[in-house]
Amino acid sequence: MASEHIVSSFDQELNELKNKVSEMGGLAEAQLVNALEAMQRRDTELASRTIEADARVDEMEREIDAFVVQLLALRQPMASDLREIIVALKISSDLERIADYATNVAKRTMSLAQSPQVRPAHAIPRMVRLALSMIYDVLDSYSDRDTQKAIAVWRRDEELDEMYISLFRELLTYMMEDARSISSCTHLLFIAKNIERVGDHATNIAESIYYLVEGRPLLQSRPKGGDEEYGQVEAPPSQ
Amino acid sequence: MDENIAEAIVAAPEADASDAVDAETFRVKMTTRNVNVHYAEKHALRDVTLDIGEREVTALIGPSGCGKSTYLRCLNRMNDTIDICRVTGRLELDGQDIYDDSVDVVQLRASIGMVFQKPNPFPKSIFDNVAYGPRIHGLVSDRADLDQLVEQSLRKAGLFDEVKDRLGDPGTSLSGGQQQRLCIARAIAVGPEVILMDEPCSSLDPIATARIEELIDELRQNYTIVIVTHSMQQAARVSQKTAFFHLGDLIEQGETPQIFTNPRDEKTQGYITGRFG
Repeated sequence: MASEHIVSSFDQELNELKNKVSEMGGLAEAQLVNALEAMQRRDTELASRTIEADARVDEMEREIDAFVVQLLALRQPMASDLREIIVALKISSDLERIADYATNVAKRTMSLAQSPQVRPAHAIPRMVRLALSMIYDVLDSYSDRDTQKAIAVWRRDEELDEMYISLFRELLTYMMEDARSISSCTHLLFIAKNIERVGDHATNIAESIYYLVEGRPLLQSRPKGGDEEYGQVEAPPSQ
Repeated sequence: MDENIAEAIVAAPEADASDAVDAETFRVKMTTRNVNVHYAEKHALRDVTLDIGEREVTALIGPSGCGKSTYLRCLNRMNDTIDICRVTGRLELDGQDIYDDSVDVVQLRASIGMVFQKPNPFPKSIFDNVAYGPRIHGLVSDRADLDQLVEQSLRKAGLFDEVKDRLGDPGTSLSGGQQQRLCIARAIAVGPEVILMDEPCSSLDPIATARIEELIDELRQNYTIVIVTHSMQQAARVSQKTAFFHLGDLIEQGETPQIFTNPRDEKTQGYITGRFG
């Protein structure tokens, strides 16, 4: 909103709320960056610090929850103010989930570090770069109230889904070829799934931003990679 | 291929399903077309076109001097009492022009009752406050009928149980909230179809206000209600439709939930979020 409230302290509070959400977004993003770096470098020390730092994200979510409840009770917001406050609540919950996935990735990294490296590691960094770019852009679009950018993020999720499906098939193949890789491949599969879920939450945030600005929802039938694309992977003929 | 799908999705339709459902049950009680009001040289209301739905609450909101009370007073020709006031346009109750020469204004005001900002009971007993209208309109033939009508009206106004043992006490001996409900009972007693309320809670405390709001919600089962209020929260709580006035213009009208979550006009947005005075 360009113009300001007659009661200026309400403006200050709404700004504070927006800043808190952006700050939490920055934290969640950093968690994800650290988790992925730890995974790529097999750095258990960084992984463990990332796991510990999740508590700060949870704390921020609680702070935002409390602030939202207070604003609803004391300001009785209407129209765009109401949407601003409700959307902050929803976004903070998505960000908390994103940070949780980062924690999961870090936990699996701790286990992965114990076993030999698996080949398809290159596909994961590609997913990671895409997921991170979605997070950057969606947080930007929140700050700038840029629905075009939000819609672009929303569309990009499909690509992430497709990468996940293709990685899923690839990992199945490895597991069939070499049963000793099952443990590592399963960890990688879960990591990939976590990253795919991060994309879903980025998409939720994009939808929230659209609603915040336009006052109506983005329709729910987003194009998705169909389930049949998971397909069946044939076992190689036994020797 | 998916680009096309996404394009189609982004262009979500404006109206949602709830609009369609309401359209089926919506029946217009009062129609007003191009209503203009002048007080001498002052153009107080400009080209207001609004339908008042039957058995629902329509809230009129807007800053002081926006024309909402002026509009309300057109609906039962209260503005006739002001010499310098000139009303043009078409106003209908059930399709009948209420400004037609053949209309009996006293009868019209019985059909379209009014409750004011400050409770204004007559300096008479509680009983006589309610009985006065039915008596002068000749609505009852004997005392038993009158007793029954007074009790019914007081019950509908949610006041009977509080006053049944002291119906002979002066109306003015009641608390502010009770007096306002007495005024509502008085309006109900002459069998109106529409009840106009001009800031009925502005002089009441929150508990008395809540009682009136609860009453409004019950009354809309049987009556069409139009309420002017300065409290947007009250408009949001009690009404199904909201109309926003600004400087004599009707800026926006719509379903109350839509007006308060996603107003289409910048001015409405500014007013309900407290952004201009």
